[in-house]
Amino acid sequence: MKFTDVFLQTATKTLVFIIMTFSIYILFAGHHNPGGGFIGGLITASALVLLYIAFDLQSVRDIIPFNFNKLAAAGVIISVLTGTASLLFNVPFLSQTFTYVYLPLLGKTELASAVIFDLGVYMTVLGTTMTIITSISEDEK
Amino acid sequence: MNNMVVLPLLIPLFTAVMLIFFHKRLTIQRWISGVSSLASVFVSVWIVLEVREEGIQTLHMGGWLPPYGIVFVADMFASLLVLTTSVVSAACLFYAFRSIGADRERNHFYSFVHFLIAGVMGSFLTGDLFNLFVCFEVMLIASYALIVLGGTRRQLRETLKYILINIVSSTLFVAAVAYLYAAAGTLNMAHLSVRVAEAGQGGIMTVIAVLFLIVFSLKAGLFLFFWLPGSYGAPPAVVAALYGALLTKVGLYAIIRMFTLVFYHEPGFTHTIIGWMAAATMILGGIGAIAYKDVSRILSYNVIAGVGFIAFGLAAANRTALEGVIYYLMHDMLIKALLFLLGGIIVALAGTDKLQQMGGLITRNPLLGWMFFISALAMVGVPPLSGFIGKLLIVQGGLESGFYWTTGISLALSLLLLTSMLNIFMNAFWGEEKMAGDGIWKSPRLLLVVSAALLILVIFLGVGAEWVDPYVSQAADVLLDAQLYIDAVLKE
Repeated sequence: MKFTDVFLQTATKTLVFIIMTFSIYILFAGHHNPGGGFIGGLITASALVLLYIAFDLQSVRDIIPFNFNKLAAAGVIISVLTGTASLLFNVPFLSQTFTYVYLPLLGKTELASAVIFDLGVYMTVLGTTMTIITSISEDEK
Repeated sequence: MNNMVVLPLLIPLFTAVMLIFFHKRLTIQRWISGVSSLASVFVSVWIVLEVREEGIQTLHMGGWLPPYGIVFVADMFASLLVLTTSVVSAACLFYAFRSIGADRERNHFYSFVHFLIAGVMGSFLTGDLFNLFVCFEVMLIASYALIVLGGTRRQLRETLKYILINIVSSTLFVAAVAYLYAAAGTLNMAHLSVRVAEAGQGGIMTVIAVLFLIVFSLKAGLFLFFWLPGSYGAPPAVVAALYGALLTKVGLYAIIRMFTLVFYHEPGFTHTIIGWMAAATMILGGIGAIAYKDVSRILSYNVIAGVGFIAFGLAAANRTALEGVIYYLMHDMLIKALLFLLGGIIVALAGTDKLQQMGGLITRNPLLGWMFFISALAMVGVPPLSGFIGKLLIVQGGLESGFYWTTGISLALSLLLLTSMLNIFMNAFWGEEKMAGDGIWKSPRLLLVVSAALLILVIFLGVGAEWVDPYVSQAADVLLDAQLYIDAVLKE
């Protein structure tokens, strides 16, 4: 049975952006405040799950044509590479570094290589969660 | 600081992730995993030589000094096991190219194998207790996937048991780590050893030690092996070979490491328990090995018996016995992989797992028959082959420490194991030719080449004992004197 829930769909269209923004905020807040890649990934996944609940699988796939499986793999590769990069500079595996730069709009900003590692975690968590949820919901046999 | 130490973990991890992108392209998958497994062998040989030249190698992750950061430690014991692991896993991968089937290959089989190897390598190399737990989980989760991949009825049933038992033991592991952290205040193994030595191994520490013993025994199949025979029979031969060669040995490695490095102060209590468990494991494993009439169960009980034997060497805990343990551990990893691989070929050619329905394979495949015969002799410990030296040293060490009964059991066990192996050999290869099945794999040539390579290594380990001995003795130094390990990790 196909039904259209106007309230849910309209609310979703607004809420998804708020949740996404919050998840990105959480991802970057992780260095100095509670947050980080893991919880950021989960919040983004919850936004996508809300989309899946409000709309059907196929139309969500049309607007977000990611292969979540490969997204997770790419996340692991990014995390592993940030560790491996330290091999090139002849410092111990997984060494981190950070620097301060002056960006327009943001002013003095701390850029840390740990954020790239966190980005990998974020992608992995998002990819894994979405792979689990979509593969369970697709299984109709 | 030596970044080489992380490579045995990093290479399979990176390969596993890369393979996810190519999971539909079988040829590319095989090339990548083949090349990476050979690279692992190369790197681990390098590490062994470097440890031989320059002593224990350490790597402080992220540059944080221990006990604050995670440290990877390659002493000779760990490096030898890393080398053996890389050899065994390379052999299993090449065997899998011809035997595992396109369906499984397409569904990330090689990724899971490489994740499994990464977990095993990490467990051998880490110098941090919680990192050991994480590496255990990496290995176990990959093994859950490998055991269920294919989804036959038997696999699903055994996977359920396997996962349940491992989740229980992992929970106990976390609890044990929590107790130890509360009692000692550190998780770095070298630092733990210092703290336990300072405070003395009192009642609480011994209780925690026994809790760790229970955890690792569940993983290693030492006495608490009830889950093992069923689980190892369910997946395809090459997966069972990886399990038989690697998974139980990681549990054993953890027991040996914990009870030579941290909890070595009360051997009268802990090592006696290990001795009893070892004796019980040997008896039950030996009985199981002669009781059953199907190949996979006989081989599984042989794995259990081997675990009991190694634990007996640890219980004896003198220099001779520990050298024997290291020797036998390397031999056991190679020979168990080899026997499972050969068993896989036998089962595939005969088309059945049951010994009664086999027969006369020697006329169709004499090479396979004689290879199986030699590896059976090597496993039992007939003198020129690899099982002999380890067994001799352990028996000698057991007698030196006064374990007369257990030594007797271990010698009787060799007879039982010989009976079980000859049981397979005589039923499968001798007698009238029974064409129970046509065999799944038409030409097992590559499979035989891979097994022959392992067999040559097994023979070399026995005949070339003189060359291997300095390495083994260097490994035993660290097991006998925890201070060497502590100095290498904490003072730099």
